[in-house]
Amino acid sequence: MTVRHVDPRAAVPLAAYALLATPPLRALLETAMTTHMLVQLPLLAALGAYMAGRLPATLRRRLDGCNAGGLPFMLLALFASAYWMLPRALDGALNHGYLELAKFISLPLLVGAPLALSWRRLSVIARGFLWSKLLSMLVVLGWLYSVAPTRVCTNYLVDQQVLLGRSQLMLALLLGLWLAGRLFFGGRPAGVPDPGGTWSRHSWARAPRNNTEQSNG
Amino acid sequence: MTPRRRSLATAVLVTLIGTGVLWWGTDGFNAFTAESARRYAVRTDPPVVPVVLLQDQDGRHFTLQDLHGRLVAVEFIYVNCPTVCVALGQAFQRLRDALPAERLGYDVVLLSISFDPRRDRPQRLADYARRYAADGMAWRVARVADEAELALLLQTFGIVVIPDGFGGFEHNAALHLVDRDGRLVRIDDYDRPLAFAAQVRARL
Repeated sequence: MTVRHVDPRAAVPLAAYALLATPPLRALLETAMTTHMLVQLPLLAALGAYMAGRLPATLRRRLDGCNAGGLPFMLLALFASAYWMLPRALDGALNHGYLELAKFISLPLLVGAPLALSWRRLSVIARGFLWSKLLSMLVVLGWLYSVAPTRVCTNYLVDQQVLLGRSQLMLALLLGLWLAGRLFFGGRPAGVPDPGGTWSRHSWARAPRNNTEQSNG
Repeated sequence: MTPRRRSLATAVLVTLIGTGVLWWGTDGFNAFTAESARRYAVRTDPPVVPVVLLQDQDGRHFTLQDLHGRLVAVEFIYVNCPTVCVALGQAFQRLRDALPAERLGYDVVLLSISFDPRRDRPQRLADYARRYAADGMAWRVARVADEAELALLLQTFGIVVIPDGFGGFEHNAALHLVDRDGRLVRIDDYDRPLAFAAQVRARL
């Protein structure tokens, strides 16, 4: 993401990033556990994913060179997102400036971008694995947070934790419906190889020209 | 190197560094929440409690250092607390009853500290003390005399207090043990006061 190579259209995500990082919006999103987890973190990752689509071709090729099958970078995104799933990481970001900085750097760079770079290279099975992991994670955490009697984050009230849990369950339901809907209407039958069809139409990282559509993550 | 080998090397590197970061971030897969982290931290590296002026239910001023040479069990409360502090109060009652009576007040002191000093004046602290039959000797109920020192005390003990919007507070509740040298050595669940009592007895 060196400044010299930045596409003019990258100005919007950069502005969005700056907005997310400045106190008014940052504080607003961090006052509630739900917006912190389900809005701020995904938005940061999404910005990274968007920017990954704008990488200069040479850098992109070099990165692809060590990302066979999309697996190494997917691993990177999984590890980095696993860290930010730790309740104490969330507390840490609120209590310590250096962890907040780490959050703002690592989510776009180590979660969003590698996922975008990997997505189209991943096999159908690997994508299915990611979708099911996301779904099961949302359900398990959502259930846990809606019934846990103690707070997992010392910075948030227990009712916010319950709200987060219910939001996660709702999100999982919607995501599940959407995935099922795509399968039944306009998708291809499960298990059939997808040569650049439905599944890749929704990928995060695309050639710069077509990148105006919404990401689905 | 071929792309395949480079990819393998990347994957291995990512796994090693990723596992390392998760290891670091959870104190060796021991603490996944900030609450468990503070409990783990005091056990491995007990912090010295700060010199903070307290005032008890009888209006007496003292510091934690005045209790040097004695074990001090500490809990953080506020008098108006309808929920968790009731459980804390009862936990302290059971702790007191589980400790040898002749050592209470001499070798070991129970101390409830209010983090709402503005409202919890000695008068109200005395109300709280009466509720649990805290005698002011073996069990003292106190507030921070100088509100400016409250933050330091809470930070050392790892207590995060958030107003709940209804005049009360949400706070992490636990039983804390300060040893004879004034170091915070243990933090345990308040719903297992007898296990905590065993810890205290082992140090008597």
